[in-house]
Formats: sequence, structure tokens, C-alpha cells
Amino acid sequence: LWFCVKLPISVRVEINLLLMAVTGLALVTRLYGIHFPRAVVFDEVYYGQFLSLYMKQVFFIDESGPPFGHMVLALGAYLGGFDGNFVWNRIGAEYTSNVPVWSLRVIPAFAGSFCIPLAYLLVVELGYSHFSALGACMLLLMENSLIVQSRFMLLESVLIFFLLLAVLSYLHFHKARNSSFRWFWLMICGVSCACGIGVKYMGMFTYFLLLGLTAVHTWQLIGDRTLSHVIVVQVLVRFLALVVLPVIMYIGFFYVHLTLLYRSGPHDQMMSSAFQASLEGGLARITQGQPLDVALGSQVTLRTVSSKPVPCWLHSHKVNYPIRYENGRGSSHQQQVTCYPFKDVNNWWIIKDPGRHTLVVSSPPRPVRHGDIIQLLHGMTSRYLNTHDVAAPMSPHSQEVSGYIDFNVSMPAQNLWRVDIVNRESDREIWKTILSEVRLVHVNTSAVLKLSGASLPEWGFKQLEVVGDKIYKGYQQSGMWNVEEHRYGRIKQWSFYFRTTFRMIYTKMSSSQSEHKYSSSPLEWITMDTNIAYWLHPSSNAQIQLIGNIVNWTIANLALVVYCLMFLTYLLRRRRKVEDIPQDSWEQLVLAGVICVGGWAVNYLPFFLMEKTLFLYHYLPALTFKILQIPIVVEHLYIHVLKSPAQRKAFGVVILAVLCSVYVSYHNLSPLTYGQPALSSDELAALRWRESWDILLRKR
Amino acid sequence: MDGKQKEHYTQRQDTSAVRHRKTCKTNEGAECLSQPSSETSNGANKRIPKRAGHLSSPSRDDHVPVYTLVLVLVLSVCTRFYKITEPPHVCWDETHFGKMGSYYINRTFFFDVHPPLGKMLIGLAGYLTGYDGTFPFIKPGDKYEHHNYWGMRAFCAALGSCLPPFAFLIVLELSHSKPAALIAASLLIFDTGCITLSQYILLDPILMFFIMGSVLCMVRFNTQRLRPFSFSWWFWLLLTGVCLSGSLGVKFVGLFVILLVGINTAFDLWRLLGDLSLSLLDFGKHLLARVFGLIMLPLFLYTTIFAVHFIVLNRSGPGDGFFSSAFQSRLIGNNLHNASMPEYLAYGSVITVKNLRIAGGYLHSHWHLYPEGVGAHQQQVSSPSFTLNRQFDNNLTGPPELVRQGDIIRLEHKETTRNLHSHFHEAPLTKKHLQVTGYGINGSGDVNDLWQVEVCGGKKGDPVKVLRSKVRFLHRSTSCVLCSSGKTLPKWGWEQVEVTCSPYVKETPNTQWNIEDHINPKLPNISLSVLKPTFLEVLWESHIVMIRGNSGLKPKDNEMNSKPWHWPINYQGLRFSGVNETEYRVYLLGNPVIWWLNLLSLALFVLMLTVASLAKQRGVKMEGMRKVHCHTLMEGGGMLLLGWLLHYLPFYIMGRILYYHHYFPAMLFSSMLTGITLDIFLQNLHLLFSSSISHHLMRGGQFILLLGFIYSFYLFHPLSYGMRGPLAQDPASSMAGLRWMESWEF
Repeated sequence: LWFCVKLPISVRVEINLLLMAVTGLALVTRLYGIHFPRAVVFDEVYYGQFLSLYMKQVFFIDESGPPFGHMVLALGAYLGGFDGNFVWNRIGAEYTSNVPVWSLRVIPAFAGSFCIPLAYLLVVELGYSHFSALGACMLLLMENSLIVQSRFMLLESVLIFFLLLAVLSYLHFHKARNSSFRWFWLMICGVSCACGIGVKYMGMFTYFLLLGLTAVHTWQLIGDRTLSHVIVVQVLVRFLALVVLPVIMYIGFFYVHLTLLYRSGPHDQMMSSAFQASLEGGLARITQGQPLDVALGSQVTLRTVSSKPVPCWLHSHKVNYPIRYENGRGSSHQQQVTCYPFKDVNNWWIIKDPGRHTLVVSSPPRPVRHGDIIQLLHGMTSRYLNTHDVAAPMSPHSQEVSGYIDFNVSMPAQNLWRVDIVNRESDREIWKTILSEVRLVHVNTSAVLKLSGASLPEWGFKQLEVVGDKIYKGYQQSGMWNVEEHRYGRIKQWSFYFRTTFRMIYTKMSSSQSEHKYSSSPLEWITMDTNIAYWLHPSSNAQIQLIGNIVNWTIANLALVVYCLMFLTYLLRRRRKVEDIPQDSWEQLVLAGVICVGGWAVNYLPFFLMEKTLFLYHYLPALTFKILQIPIVVEHLYIHVLKSPAQRKAFGVVILAVLCSVYVSYHNLSPLTYGQPALSSDELAALRWRESWDILLRKR
Repeated sequence: MDGKQKEHYTQRQDTSAVRHRKTCKTNEGAECLSQPSSETSNGANKRIPKRAGHLSSPSRDDHVPVYTLVLVLVLSVCTRFYKITEPPHVCWDETHFGKMGSYYINRTFFFDVHPPLGKMLIGLAGYLTGYDGTFPFIKPGDKYEHHNYWGMRAFCAALGSCLPPFAFLIVLELSHSKPAALIAASLLIFDTGCITLSQYILLDPILMFFIMGSVLCMVRFNTQRLRPFSFSWWFWLLLTGVCLSGSLGVKFVGLFVILLVGINTAFDLWRLLGDLSLSLLDFGKHLLARVFGLIMLPLFLYTTIFAVHFIVLNRSGPGDGFFSSAFQSRLIGNNLHNASMPEYLAYGSVITVKNLRIAGGYLHSHWHLYPEGVGAHQQQVSSPSFTLNRQFDNNLTGPPELVRQGDIIRLEHKETTRNLHSHFHEAPLTKKHLQVTGYGINGSGDVNDLWQVEVCGGKKGDPVKVLRSKVRFLHRSTSCVLCSSGKTLPKWGWEQVEVTCSPYVKETPNTQWNIEDHINPKLPNISLSVLKPTFLEVLWESHIVMIRGNSGLKPKDNEMNSKPWHWPINYQGLRFSGVNETEYRVYLLGNPVIWWLNLLSLALFVLMLTVASLAKQRGVKMEGMRKVHCHTLMEGGGMLLLGWLLHYLPFYIMGRILYYHHYFPAMLFSSMLTGITLDIFLQNLHLLFSSSISHHLMRGGQFILLLGFIYSFYLFHPLSYGMRGPLAQDPASSMAGLRWMESWEF
């Protein structure tokens, strides 16, 4: 073995000092004094509560995104030894001494800093000079909005880091045709795509862009007739690395999430009973040791399978329906039956055999099977669950469900229900706790016991309405019930990742639009007509604002327009076989356009279709790509458009001037970026460069 | 004309076609042969081009198979016109479109979310067939009795029966294969959904007619490539433009076909640009011709439609309140028409205030309070789109003293005697603004009720002119300005538009108001001629109102909402008429055999397209028919697939309420695609089987397809032509055993 090693063993190290220098600068601008302010800044209040739950390993679901981002933040908290004991209730609250502020904020800050060298490498990888790369770094370094977003416990900088890494590694893979590390880079690309999506669903946009690019490149590869069978392997590997790997990793995030968080917590009720039963504490404690088979005489609580509008239990209480509703319709005036979203003693029902009078479980227990006819007796009031041909209070097309009271008005009891186990495997299946999803079909009218989704008015204590639906069809979750408070049933983990994810996306979609004081519309982002106040010092005017470097934003817009004009001109002229620039610079320009302009467009335009509340920080990934565009356009103009030395010299001066003004703008805004020093009211008023900016002034 | 007579007529024409065919064999066969096809086209088929043969590309020997075309036409007319007058009561959306047709006949102004062409045509058809516009169309199920409703239905059915011939011609043009065209046409002929949708007074047959017309003209235009600027080239180009304006004029869904034609034209121009034998000047000519034919002409026609709309409807009606004061003054019968009121605003006047934002609302208040948790628990103020209860009293009594710029006033709501009030609470929706409420009682309030009047462009001391002055109300204590944010309040605010007090004092139409009604008995009334808006302003305003109306059609809670993914699988139809066993029931549902075949062939098409393009990319040699098939798949099939996608996918991102019938334009494209796909699949069976059986398989396949369509149509025809008696669950029903999906409601 020894002979294989060539002596002397040597390591050649090439260090790009420029790269080191910008990284150093980035670390300085991002990490400088991040423990200040020692108070909750803007969305930290939101991420913080999840952080605490992570530290306490309590189960939760965040409706805004997948769990990987929270895990990254939680890693910082873990390393800093945070115990999770802090009440995240308002922005500006002082941190207590047990909160390791520095280590909470350091991971996003590092991620934000490393975006700068990634940008450098990306520009070089696109085939542009080191000068351009340096220029891109300078612009990003002095971009106030990115700095602000990196310095706190927020996720955008982590997201941008993964997006840039994904793009860079793909380009590296694509360029290095013969390198053996090639496939390694493809793997990195797949992994960072998954991480990007795992941090925020927004990462999906860049992922799709990369998939599209890969598809085009692969299609060109297929057209290469010199390759024969290798192609199948090539295509397959790309598919594995860019589709299968990210999917597996994405599911893996959920696996880790669910493994870490094994304690019952505030979001339990959003999940199914079976899942809840697997959490420590919570439901498991109650249901342990209860029989699996539901038998005649069992005492049960019935929970809806649907979680729309909220998960709830079948409930009744000693109040009757009003004789007349507000709109003049009449009711049966029998006892109310509702669905109640909290645990309550009134949620208990007894399953009774219609043929016998006994209410206890016989020995041996007689299990209820699919198709059996039962009665349901309310435990506290001893009324039978009943439905009849009376219009329900809120959904007049359905039947009213009541606890039967005999008023002797020739309205007989109709309290027989057939048990219809929906997810049965055989026709004589036994009704199982938690596992069986059951439809209760009324024997007389074949109406199905169902949650209508409406809530009752004051007389029904705003609880949810339960109806008998006569025209029930297909599979509706609102008509399914399961017995919850019984024994722990073993569950298959797999179905739950999908269920969690699905539910997450679902709740996200259905969350209604509401406006925030600092929310904005995508149109305002281009010109930065909006800002967000992140933090205000409790006594002075010192404050942190998310405001971008206005010069950067302007020249980025300009560069975008110039690029589009240039691209169109070249495209049309090339179609007429007029070649202004050589083929390879053209291809370089197109690839740069796909990455930068495309990256901007995919990260920006979809927001026009979204109905959720939007903030300026949603624009930052798009902005990063847009800023990368600037040096590329500049270099192209310098090399291919400006021919005479005089022009070039003049252009150089302009670039220098612009860089200076970027610095001036950065410097002027930096008190709002770093939160110190505190400015006087007049200075702040002078900084309000746009009328629509909301800079907070303390009234004296 | 009754069916029999027409059949006879067409047959006679057919024999003449045969004679022609025998006489001219070789030279310009195409022209001779297809000439009769234009003559056979009767009233229902007027879009079939005159002298079609002359126009088709001379280089190819493709002539329109006249017999088949006539057969298709006759079949589609028969299926569409059969039982056209049944049921003799208002069905489904007839209640809207029939009513709007009547409005045209009565010249009453109304508002609808769709552009006017469709309703105008319905009105015209009704007018020509002797309908007098007196039937009220109040709700579905109302009996027509003696009213002449059949003319409007027949008009829609006539346009609807053009769809199968159009499909036939389009597919023929794209694939040059008669079986393909025939499959496509018979899919549409025997689809119960298309039949049902064509038989009633609806916009959809008109819309689909124009969409298919545009595609046909575009396809025809494409074949004229080799003879640019010839008469036929111009003819098809301009006709495409006309059809495009027609489809946009009926519904905004027409935008999708415009997009399709636009993409096609862009590709065409790109090809021309790459043709170096063409000078830039020639290219410029091509470009200009298309700009003229496909942009200018449709735009012109589209505005003409609106011009006619506004000229015809000159009487005040239910749609007035949606529009600005200036617009309303055009309408006879509106109280702003030749209005007579005091010219200058004075203290003590009773006024209504309207927002100047395009299609803005009136300042309004009502007894209801803001719900708890939304700022202060005080009376709501909003600007609704209705003109109820809107009087604000300018409450300082005494001799009439004019209100001047800079005056501090209080506005008292006449009905509830509360003052217009604002304070430091955030507004319910626009959190950056302040809340506006009604406060105090009988004129007593606090300092937060004081507003400063400002006339835009006026000096201090100028009086405020009714109707003509743009007025802003500045709040004294918070120095914000009264503003209509344009957002709709939730249910507790009766879905009216939010009114806020904006701290941004820039002058925008949102913060400008005008005084519309003005009553002050102490001042003399003089007649005012309001500045009449120009036509373009009216056009713009009506579009804003339409778009706002469209996005306002939100699905209601608890209402069964149709989702786009339901449609291609034919998940659930629409009840056109009748629910119970005793009623006459019509149910809009596609023929499931046809729809599921469409779905299947979509998958097959994608598969075949992938195989074909992979083979092409790998440079597999293809000869003869296979090359032609490959080309047809990519060009023709690709275009139809694009059409399907463009007419289907946008519905996924639409926020408005969706219905099953929105899928029908897409279904037309899907059916045509099925024609091409199945035909090419059947012709290439020899790739899978030995060549001896494959020919039989092909014939057999075609035969089975046709038989399947007819048989399934026979099974499901009661859906379109009406059913009575028990529902499908009952074995005695005519539809027994046919309820293949639980979700179908017949």
C-alpha cells in the first residue's frame, strides 16, 4: 500500500486573496455588533416561539413553511445553550439573561455573509471577469436591506445562501465536463435545492428555474449523437440528484421534525387523533390502556376527521334550540347537539344496543361492527342522539340534529344510527378506537351525521353546527368521525409526513388575507416605496428599518432594462444573421440572463398571484439575483459596446462615481441598518427620501 | 326552414357537387370541387368561407370533402335543434342573458360583468324573431307562455351547430386526414354537454363560435403562407381579426384565444425574420399587416361594439349606480340627466357625496356598528356601490351661506344623525390609514368631527360647485384626508367598500369626492349640464367596473364550488332545469365516454409527442407518412394542446367563482386533439402489430370509435333533451344504471 503514495506528499493551496478579503468584509458588515439590540426584533417574535418549542421538544406545526428553517435557527439556540424559557409576545421586549442573543443570530448572519463569496464565484462561473465579480460583491456588501435581514433571527439570508449555492453548484457541474468532482457538484445542487425549499416554500421557484435549465441542457445532451447508451445513465443521474434526492431530503426534514418533537403541545389538535396518541403527554396519557375495540356500552368521545373549520368533538348540553330563529323559521325545541372544539365532559357519549336497556359493557364485550345499528346516549343529559325532518338552524337544506326530548307533540324519536366504517378492510370489521373513520347513517332518513362548517349564533354559544345531511355524497371528511378517547393504537409513521405536509400547505393556502401596518404590494417593491420598521429603541430615536440601498435598487432596475433591450436587439439581429458579438459571448450573455433575470423573475412575479400578506423582505431573493445582473451588464457594455478608449475611460469614471454613491447611500442609511447611533429627529426627517417611507419619529 | 326541407336542399346541392367532380378532374380540382361547399352553407353556417377551394393552398391536393362536411353539418343541426323549444320555461342563466337581451330591446341601461356583444346579438335575434322584450326573466323556472323565446334559442343553437363543422375543417387543415377530422367532429356532435349548452339563451355558444372561428381562420391563414398579400391571404387575416374581436366582445375568456393567435403570429413572424431572402422592408410589411389585421382591426371593432352598446342603451336602468355622476347624466330618466339643483354648496344643504375614483362609490353610513376588535366600536362608514340611504346633512342652519374652500364643516348623516368622524385607530382593512366612523347624535359630537373643505385647484374662499368641483375633506385633528381605499369590507360591513382617513395627503382620485345630489330649498335650482365624458373615458370606466365586478364574484361560504380539476374528468355537471322527480329535468354534463376518451387521448398524445420528439432529437431517420405524422403531431397537435392549456390552466389561478361550463372552450380543443391523436395512433398500429392485421385493426378501431360515440349518445341523450319521472337511482328511470359517478345529480 505504501508504494501507491507518491512522495513527497504535498498540498498545493491556491488562495484567492480577493475572495478572502470580500468574505472578511462581509463578516464584518454582517456580524458587527449583532447582539445589539438586546430585544426582540420584528419577526424574531414569530420564529422565537417555534425556537422555544424546539428547545422544549414540544410538537408544533408552523403554517408558514417547512421545518428546516426553524431547525437551522434552533441549531444556533442549541449551541448557545438556550433553554427555551422566554415569552415571545411582542416586538421590542427585552431579552432576559438566559437568552443567548449572539448565538441565536449568528447562523443567519454567517449565511448572509457567505452569500457574498458565493456571488463572487457565481459571477466568475458565468464566465465574467474577476473585476465584475468584485463589483457584484461590493454592491451586495453595501446593500442595507440584505444586511438588516442577515443580522437577526430571520430566515431570508439562509434561504438566499442556499439558492445561490444551488445555482453555483449547478453551473459548476455544467461547466466542468470532464472533472471527476462533477457529480459531487450535482449532488450539492440537489441538496441545497432541498434545503432552500426546506427553509421557505419560496425556494421552490429557484428550484423550478434550475430544473428548467437542466431540462434544456439535458435535451441538448440527448441531441448529441456521438453519445450513445451513456445518455440514459446521464439522464438518470440528473433525475436522481435533482428530483429524487430533494424529495427524500424534504421528507427527511419532516422525519427529523417529528422525531425531535415528541411531546404534546399547542398544535396537537390540528392533527389526527392517531397522531396525537403517539405524542408523549397529551392524548396518549388519557387513552393508554383503553380497549381498542369499541363495544356496546363503551363510553366514547367522537371527533370529526375533518379539521375544517376547526377540529371538534360531538357535543351536547342542557340547552334547547330556540323555538323560533331570528329569521322566523321554527325548530323542534329539542336539546342542542353541536360540535365543540375543546375537551369537555359534555363530549362523552355512550354507545347503546337498541335492543337492550343495559348501558354497561357486557363480559365478554360485544364489539360494534360495520353495519350494526346503535343508539348514542349523551352521557351528562341522557338524551339520545336524534335527527328528524326539521330544517337545521344554519343550513336549512339539512336536517336538524338534536338530543331527543319527548314533548308529546307526535314527533317520535328517530334515534337509530347505522355504523358505516369507511376505511374498512372487510365487511365485518370491528369499530376500532382512533383508527376507524366512521360515518353515522340515520336509519329512518338515511341522513349522515355531519359537521356543516357553520357556527351557531349566541344561543348556541358560537359552537359549530352539526346536521344530518340527506344528499351526502362521495367522500367528505366533514361526515367522518372517529372515537378518540380510547386506547393507543400503533400508527404507521409514513402516512403522517404526507399528512403533515399536506395539511401545512393546505392551511397556508386557506389562511385569509389580512393587512399589516407594514405589508406592501409587489409593485411597491421595485421602486422600494415601502419599508418595514423592525425595532425602535424604547426611549430614543434609535431604530432599525428594513430599507434597501436606494442607489443599488435604481441601478439594478436600470441594468435590467438595459439587459432586456440588449438581449432583444442581439436576438433580432442574429435572426437576420448579423453577428455583433461572437457566439460564445452571446451564449455567456444568455446563460447569465437565464440565471440573473430569470432568477429575479421567478422569485418576484409569482407574488402577484399570491393572496397572502406580503412584505418587502419577500423581495430580497429576487433582489439578490437582480444585483448580480449589474456587473454582467456593465462588463458586456465595456467590452462589446464601447469601442474607443475614450468612451471606456469615461465609462470607468461613471462606474467609479456610481460605486461611490452606493457607498454614500449605504453610509447614510447605516444608522437605520445597525440601529446605532441614535439620530435626531431632524436627521431622521432628512433621511426620509421617499414620502411613503414610514420612519418612526418620537414626539418630544 | 324546417329540417326536412333543408335536408332536401342540401342534398340537391350535393348532387351538383358530384357532377362538378366528374367534370373537372385534373386542373385546379380543388377550386371546382369545393365551390359547392360554400353554396351548401346555409344561414347557420355562414362562416364557412366563400370560394374555399380557391383559397386553400394550391400546392397541396387537399380538397374539402363536401359530403362529409354536409353530413357533419346536418347531424349537428339536427342534434342542436331537436326539441329546441323544450322546456318552455326559463332555464338556468337564461334568466340573466335573456333579461339583458330584453334590456337591449327596451334600451334600458344595465351593468354586466361581460362585454356586451353576446347579449346584443341575443337581443337582436329576439327582436328579429318578434320578441318584444316584455318578458321579465325573473327566475329560472318561469313559464314563457305566449312570449317568443324560440328565436333567441334558435340563434344560439345555430351558432352552436357551427362548432362540429368548424372542428372538422380545422382538424382537416391541420392533419390532412379525413378520419381525424371526422373523429373530432363526431366527438362534438355526440357530446351531450355541447348540445345542452347550445340549446339555451346563453353566451357560451356565441363565445365558442367566435373562438372556433378564430382558430379556423388562423389555420387557414397559415396555409396561405406561400402567397402573401394575395386576396385570400388578406381575407383570412382580416377574418381572424373579426372573430377575435367577436370572442373578446362576448366574454373576457376570449383573451385566451387572442393569446393563442398571438403566439402563433409571433412564431410566424419569427420564421419570416429568419428568412433572409425576405428584405427588412418586406418583413416590415408583414409586421404592419398583422398589426393592422390582428390588433388595430379587433380593437376598432371592439370599441365599436361598446359604442353601439352605449348608443343603444340610453335610458336609466338598474346599472346606473355603478358609474360616475358624469356618466349617469347621459341616461334619460336618471335624476342627473338635465339635472336641476342649486349650483353652489351652502350650509344646511342635503347632499350625496361620490368618490371620484373610477367607478367609485357613494359615501354611506348605516345603523350597524363596527364589530368589536375593529378599532372603536362605532358606526360604520363605507362607500357602497348602491345608492341607498346616503344623505349627509351639512349641518349648520340659518340663512343660506355658501361653503367655501378652507371652511371647517361637520357632515351629519341624515338618516342616523351621526357625524362623520375619524380618530387614531387603524382602519379595518388598510391598516396604514385611520378609521372613519359615525359619532355623536343630533349634531353634537367632538372635535374629531371637524373636516376642512378643500377644492382641488381652487383658492381660499372659492365656493364649492355641485358636480363639477373635486372636493377633498381634510380631517382637522389628525390632518388626514377622507379616502376610499377600494377594498371590500367583509360580511359585517355588507361587502361595501371601505372608507378610511389617509395620512398620505397626495392628491389621488381615491381622496377626491364630488357632490352629486344637492337639495337646499333656500337656494334657487338652476339646470346644470354636467360635463359629458368622452367616449374613451366611458369605455375605460366601464372596463374598470366590469373587472371589479368579475373579481367580486367570490364563492360564497357553504356553497358547493366547482374546482378546475373536476372538469376534465366530468366530475359534476350543472342543473339547467328541474330538481325533483316530477319536473322536467335538463342536466348539463358531457358525454362521459367522449370526455374520458378525451382525457385518455391527452395522455396518449403527450406520450406520442415525447416519443416523436425524442426520435427527432436523436436523429432517427423517418420517411414518407411517418415524417408527415410526426410533423402533424408537433405542429397541429402542439397548437391544439397549447389552445387547451391556454383555455384551461388560467382557471386555476382565478379567484372568482367557477362553474363547470367554463371548461367547454378547452374541451373543444381537447376534442380536436383527440381526433388527430387517435387517427395517427391508429395509422401507426403497424409499429406494434404485424402489418396484415394492423390495417384491419385501424378500420375496426375507427368503426368502434364511431359506434361508441353514437351508442353513448343514445344512452345519455335524455340529459340534453330532458327527462321526467324518477331519478337515476330508481330502476324505473330512463337513466337507470347510468349514474356512473356518485357526484352526478340526475
